Amino acid sequence: MSAPAGTPGTPQTSGTDRTGGAGGAAPPTPRALARRRRREALRRFAREYARNRAGLIGLAALLAIGALALTAPLFVDQAELTITGAPGAAYQPPSAEYPLGTDNFGRSILDLVVWGSRVSLTVGFLATAVSVVLGTLVGMTAGHFGASGGTAGRIVSSVLMRVTDWFLVLPTLVLAVALAAVLPRGTGTIIIAIGLTVWPATARLVRAQTLAVEARPYVERARALGGGHAHVMAWHVLPNVMPVVLAQTTLLVATSIIAESTLAFLGVGDPTTVSWGGVLEAARNAGAISSGIWWYMVPPGLAIALVALSFTLCGRALESVINPRLREQR
Amino acid sequence: MSTTETDSHETPPTSGEGTAPVLSARGVEVAFAAGFAPGGGRGTARAVDGVNLDIAAGEIVALVGESGCGKTTLARALLGLEPTTGGDVVFEGVPLRYGSRDMRRYRRRVQLVQQDPTGSLNPRRTVYESVAEGLRIHEGTTADESDRVGAALAKAGLRPPERFFPRYPHELSGGQRQRVVIAGALVLDPEVLVADEPVASLDASVRGEILRLLLDLRADLGLSALVATHDLGLAWNIADRVAVMYLGRVVELGTVEEVLAAPAHPYTRALLSVLPDAEGEPVVLSGEPPDPKRVPRGCRFHPRCPVLASGEAERAGVADRCRTVDPAILEGGAERRVACHWSASDTAGRVRGREPGTG
Repeated sequence: MSAPAGTPGTPQTSGTDRTGGAGGAAPPTPRALARRRRREALRRFAREYARNRAGLIGLAALLAIGALALTAPLFVDQAELTITGAPGAAYQPPSAEYPLGTDNFGRSILDLVVWGSRVSLTVGFLATAVSVVLGTLVGMTAGHFGASGGTAGRIVSSVLMRVTDWFLVLPTLVLAVALAAVLPRGTGTIIIAIGLTVWPATARLVRAQTLAVEARPYVERARALGGGHAHVMAWHVLPNVMPVVLAQTTLLVATSIIAESTLAFLGVGDPTTVSWGGVLEAARNAGAISSGIWWYMVPPGLAIALVALSFTLCGRALESVINPRLREQR
Repeated sequence: MSTTETDSHETPPTSGEGTAPVLSARGVEVAFAAGFAPGGGRGTARAVDGVNLDIAAGEIVALVGESGCGKTTLARALLGLEPTTGGDVVFEGVPLRYGSRDMRRYRRRVQLVQQDPTGSLNPRRTVYESVAEGLRIHEGTTADESDRVGAALAKAGLRPPERFFPRYPHELSGGQRQRVVIAGALVLDPEVLVADEPVASLDASVRGEILRLLLDLRADLGLSALVATHDLGLAWNIADRVAVMYLGRVVELGTVEEVLAAPAHPYTRALLSVLPDAEGEPVVLSGEPPDPKRVPRGCRFHPRCPVLASGEAERAGVADRCRTVDPAILEGGAERRVACHWSASDTAGRVRGREPGTG
């Protein structure tokens, strides 16, 4: 266990703390010690993260957007989001009443964007989570057992990668459309359709990184120390694969939000919901570009960009915390 | 020092002479199937081709030989990191089993120190975590973990240990990193240390420190060690016995004084003759460098053997045997042996009286 570099006083005190605790009346159980170790690691992680200003801004932006999405029902009247209940006239430019103007039905764009964040963020986060978890699991398993699992491991690895390749060569959009058409309609379906189609790239990336890490002498040292597959994967491979996974995650959130809009555009999305992609496509359908109705196009686009940017900032901050070399250069 | 494991077996005696070997190789073979490459290169590379070697308790054995002769592969095979294609690794008289539980138990008692201290530490782990790794693998988190990590670091010469706990490998010098690696091996109180070129990547000043450390550990803890090296000077300084390897086989075996002061095998002589302070003409080996995929017929050294080339072997009447008969694989015991038709007195490789056939 370690305190952050640069505070040479801390390790000594924490060291005596530990021995003091062990020599006390009741020596702590290994489980309690492990829990304390984990807690300390988490606290250290938070402290390191807080030192990264860009990461804090990204996190703040994400939290703000998330809070806005969660509290949207408090200040957006759902009735005004239906076409029949539209409060204004069509294509009103931004004004005091409608800060971002209105769409072709007279609905407030601001309300649409705020409300749309709910679906867009849900789909973006969950589809990314599905694909990143799936991709990392498959990639790490294939990479690790392919490198050090003997013949059986190589077979497992080959099978996993052939399945990955099969998903990789299928046209993403066609597969997503097919899945969305077969499964019952709803946001959950969209999440699964996107998640299942974008994971192969993550799996490939993670596998490549896993193979690179497996070839390092410290993995051999871990095995010589008696470490099994679980130890090598959790202690050495995962931390070294994380930067790739995080970079991939930040990219995938934006991809997923856009994929959702594409599906919405193709009519396999859930037509009863409002999402950023849906607004964007509606604007395109309404000819907003050619008629210069910028307030219809720009806000949802900016919202997508903002979320993607916040994610990138967070991802980079996380990476710099995980990678001690980057931490020092900062 | 922990006593968790030491009571399950008898404590090894500290003197190495005449006792049963702790760790030994019995005809160990490791072959790699070399794939299909343009321009030939197909076949099986016999990296280790039948090696017998004993390491007694408290003994340091040096394994010397040029690059690519199979030292590292043998070291890895001894740890079970490389599956053997023949023969057995025997630990305390019991052949090594490769089941994961047996392996775990074995690797608690036999430790590896690798060639490259920079690469053998995970850059994302602190010194503390790297040293504690072995403990956590075998015992989980224990209450006295930090004490044991500190003790191991102190044993490896990093004092005060607490100062090194929060450091990352890239903040340390090469010598310090190697000490961390050694501490990581010592924290489990092993009985045997297999060190593969432990000082090859270090500069001369640090090299001395690490060697001293190994000798001290042997004296203090009764540690046995196998040190693979291409550096004969290192072998001279540190080892009790030397095994000279050529193309996957041990060609000469004996105590340091025997092998390095009076080498019997032409290969050992050639190695020693090119040392800067060696007396006499340096013998530069001719012929193609050895290829483990094409081990020569007869004595594996004969295409490059200066004794055979100079006609010396012809005069001794062994030239035919050199070309056609493979010398027997040497026994790994404490006795002096050489795998050479010209300098050995019998098929078991015992060395003839004194100065074999220099006339």
